[in-house]
Amino acid sequence: MAYSEKVIDHYQNPKNVGTLDKSKQNVGTGLVGAPECGDVMRLQIEVDDATGLIKDAKFKTFGCGSAIASSSLATEWLKGKTVDEALKIDNMDIVEELALPPVKIHCSVLAEDAIKAAINDYRVKNGMEALKLDEKVVH
Amino acid sequence: MLKLPIYLDNNATTPMDPRVLEAMIPYFTEKFGNAASRNHPFGWEGEEAVDYAREQVAKLIGADPKEIIFTSGATEGDNLAIKGVYEMYASKGNHIITANTEHKAVLDTCKHIEKSGGEVTYLDVKPDGLIDLAELEAAIKPTTILIAIMYANNEVGVIEPVKEISAIAKKHGVLFFTDATQAVGKIPVDVNKDGIDIMAFSGHKMYGPKGVGALYVRRKNPRVKVTAQMDGGGHERGMRSGTLNVPGIVGFGKACELCMLDMEADTKRISTLRDKLENALLKLEEAYVNGSKEHRLPHVSNISFKYVEGEGLMMGFNKNIAVSSGSACTSASLEPSYVLKALGLGDDLAHSSLRFGLGRFTTEDQIDYTIEQVSKTVLKLREMSPLWEMYKEGIDLNTIEWAHH
Repeated sequence: MAYSEKVIDHYQNPKNVGTLDKSKQNVGTGLVGAPECGDVMRLQIEVDDATGLIKDAKFKTFGCGSAIASSSLATEWLKGKTVDEALKIDNMDIVEELALPPVKIHCSVLAEDAIKAAINDYRVKNGMEALKLDEKVVH
Repeated sequence: MLKLPIYLDNNATTPMDPRVLEAMIPYFTEKFGNAASRNHPFGWEGEEAVDYAREQVAKLIGADPKEIIFTSGATEGDNLAIKGVYEMYASKGNHIITANTEHKAVLDTCKHIEKSGGEVTYLDVKPDGLIDLAELEAAIKPTTILIAIMYANNEVGVIEPVKEISAIAKKHGVLFFTDATQAVGKIPVDVNKDGIDIMAFSGHKMYGPKGVGALYVRRKNPRVKVTAQMDGGGHERGMRSGTLNVPGIVGFGKACELCMLDMEADTKRISTLRDKLENALLKLEEAYVNGSKEHRLPHVSNISFKYVEGEGLMMGFNKNIAVSSGSACTSASLEPSYVLKALGLGDDLAHSSLRFGLGRFTTEDQIDYTIEQVSKTVLKLREMSPLWEMYKEGIDLNTIEWAHH
């Protein structure tokens, strides 16, 4: 199976690899997936208190090239968005951008789940209710 | 100058030795006769070539040429052996014993047997990949007709205790079949010393052509018969009909001859390279060899690099180095290797494994390059791995409630 150029580029030059201080009030952390399933993503957002915009996003991913690329792309898209805008990122946008084949769609779902988990962590930390998220059915 | 890409997937298939190709070429064009044409020189020429190849193949495994049945490869051999015994010895019983780490060609054939009314016992293996001989013996019943245990495993390279297995089979009057696809041509295999009754193997795993293999079927002590699985002209002593693939068989014979000639030198050189590769990669933290290191083929190394995923790892160098992974993501099933799981590896370690399969044409330059590339990629991906970070922080990953999707 050949990877798309965009997947290869994100794999070779991943954007925003790293760790934010999860103890900070304005940092939300999402950890999704499971080692037994072969992919785990940790995605973090840091929200600017004044503007409400996501000023930084970082990820670390255990998984295949498509999982790494999906999370790398997600962090790129998150920066500069409001939390509400970030919620609108759909896994199919990731599939399209990275030209993921059907067998790799679960990587994009995981990335969307990671975004939402990070946002929920941020919301709960800041006295908001956690959003109920529709479960996407994968494998 | 190092030529890329490098091939380290010799358990999947091997490149054909140029000497094999040379032997085959005339049999495509001027010596094209059907080996079964008894009444003209074209046929005689084909028959003579097949007879010679049969001797070459038999010699490599210490058999009589009459005991060699040419097939299309090991999958056909596995099917013919298991289904053929099941049908031929139906009056004696219907129970077969095999192991969970067998190749799919054996396991799926056994599933087929179960569907048609047979009974199959699937033995677990020990963490080193070897079967437990006491468990094997305990599984034998009055209805047992066949023990099917591979000679050496295709994923981890462990060599099963074939002599001991055959002794148990003999003691209980049960036939012993072994899929020796990974072993023949690589390590000394002798059907008499090893006590093998039926054995499948294949040309393309030993520098011969694809699409040709053999089934060894013992002719005395005991005389074994298998029911043919294809109806037709009654070729190969009635056990395998179909016009013989003369060029393929000629190449297979030549490949066997070369393996016999080169085995000692090849093994010495290849195992030295394998050990160099393995020792260098084990210098990485949290890297583990899967399966027995002691009872193992000389050219295979299966290593798990904890906290990095196999497919992601291969992507770091798979333009330049060909290996294979037990990771789920390399197949459509998303399930990691059933062989590694049978060895007791958790799914996480199975997902993190790579199989390196060296061969006759592997060079030291290639191994040095591989060590460098694999090490570099493992380190890079660990920097990106949340699991590695947790491990380094001393967090026990088993205490985390993972969202299983």
